[in-house]
Amino acid sequence: MNGAAIEASGLGKRYGRSWALRDCSLSIPAGHVVGLVGPNGAGKTTFLNMAVGLSTPTTGEVRLLGRHRAGSPDALDMVAFVAQDAALYRNLSVSDMLRVGRGLNRRWDERTARERLAELGIPLDRRVGALSGGQRSQVALSLALAKRPGLLVLDEPLAALDPLARHEFMASLMTAVAEDGVSVVFSSHVVAELERVCDHLVVLQDGRVQVSGDVEDLTAEHHVLVGPADQADEIAGLLPVVRSRRAHAQAHLLVRTPRSVPVPPGWQRHPVTLEEIVLTYMREPAAAALPGPKAVAR
Amino acid sequence: MTIDKGPSPIVFRLDPGSGVPTYLQLVQQVEQALRLGHLQLGDQLPRVRDVVAGLAINPNTVLKAYRELEHRGLVAGRRGQGTFVERTLDRAGLREQADLRRSLNEWMRAASAAGLDDAGMSALFTAALQDRHKATEPEGRDGRAEGIA
Repeated sequence: MNGAAIEASGLGKRYGRSWALRDCSLSIPAGHVVGLVGPNGAGKTTFLNMAVGLSTPTTGEVRLLGRHRAGSPDALDMVAFVAQDAALYRNLSVSDMLRVGRGLNRRWDERTARERLAELGIPLDRRVGALSGGQRSQVALSLALAKRPGLLVLDEPLAALDPLARHEFMASLMTAVAEDGVSVVFSSHVVAELERVCDHLVVLQDGRVQVSGDVEDLTAEHHVLVGPADQADEIAGLLPVVRSRRAHAQAHLLVRTPRSVPVPPGWQRHPVTLEEIVLTYMREPAAAALPGPKAVAR
Repeated sequence: MTIDKGPSPIVFRLDPGSGVPTYLQLVQQVEQALRLGHLQLGDQLPRVRDVVAGLAINPNTVLKAYRELEHRGLVAGRRGQGTFVERTLDRAGLREQADLRRSLNEWMRAASAAGLDDAGMSALFTAALQDRHKATEPEGRDGRAEGIA
């Protein structure tokens, strides 16, 4: 699928006097699994709610899958949303929830949903409230996929799940990506699991986009340089340093440079994981707007 | 015990602490299986859907690994069927392996006599391996540290 899954331009949302999201311009490619991370209150839920049409922007706009304005009937047909804590009616049975979904959606693939639930061993006559957290999240996912959406948006789908249920949920989600080619955007606190799952990453901080990029590019461009502390300032003048940690003798600099930029003499370059990159940016709120890499004087 | 009922003779596992990118881990495991004879000519690689369901990873990662293996001429995709082994890797014969191990033992005795402990030998070996990689593949991403000391 070509084009953008979500395209936001100048997007902002104000609640009273405070901006939950501000001047957010962002293009999230289709056909990918996109992770949206950031500290509590960064604006993740605000952004997702506007993308799926649950709330209206104060400024700017969001378009889905190339053209549909978020919240328009066409956009609503193409997007499915799994809200935080897999919000379902706890007193209804699983098959009641299927009936609700059938009644509320123009497109509905009941057979596949029933097959998925049977495969997972989730009884249709069980009340939603009597299911385990992992099962409830799987029911929410099955209902969302029954819409046959082009874009699936999930808000903190892993937050309430134990490690095993997380793994099973992600396995189900990735299988849906493999089989249906659905684009996925999900917010998460569980940074460690992003690297296996996401191929695109967005970091929000204080209502603004701090990082947005292809995961492979991000991990290829970021390195830790380890070398003598008394040269650290010189290096920092030559290369864009995201974060530096120094002791008397030794310095660790997390830098953003292409691999083609040579390692300064006397320094060592180490690869970093996506988790380390994300945590570093979250610790350094000012590190977003990086200048382009300069040549290293040798 | 779970027995994988998929069409492939091998299954993948991930080492999250290795620092090696996921797709590269899959590539290395296929190469390893070819060297050990667990995968033979005409064998099918695990289906993308099965890998994704088993490891909970992005299907694009599996596709990337399979493309890389195709690029190396080891496997080929057949439309609608899957990915199959086209070429096997040379397996060092048992006799050669025993010879290599003997000379490695001699090297370790010499290293030990020179005062190196296990960690020292391992570091030396890894450094030499890296030099070798650097000589053949200057831009290769091997997930290890490099630098000019």
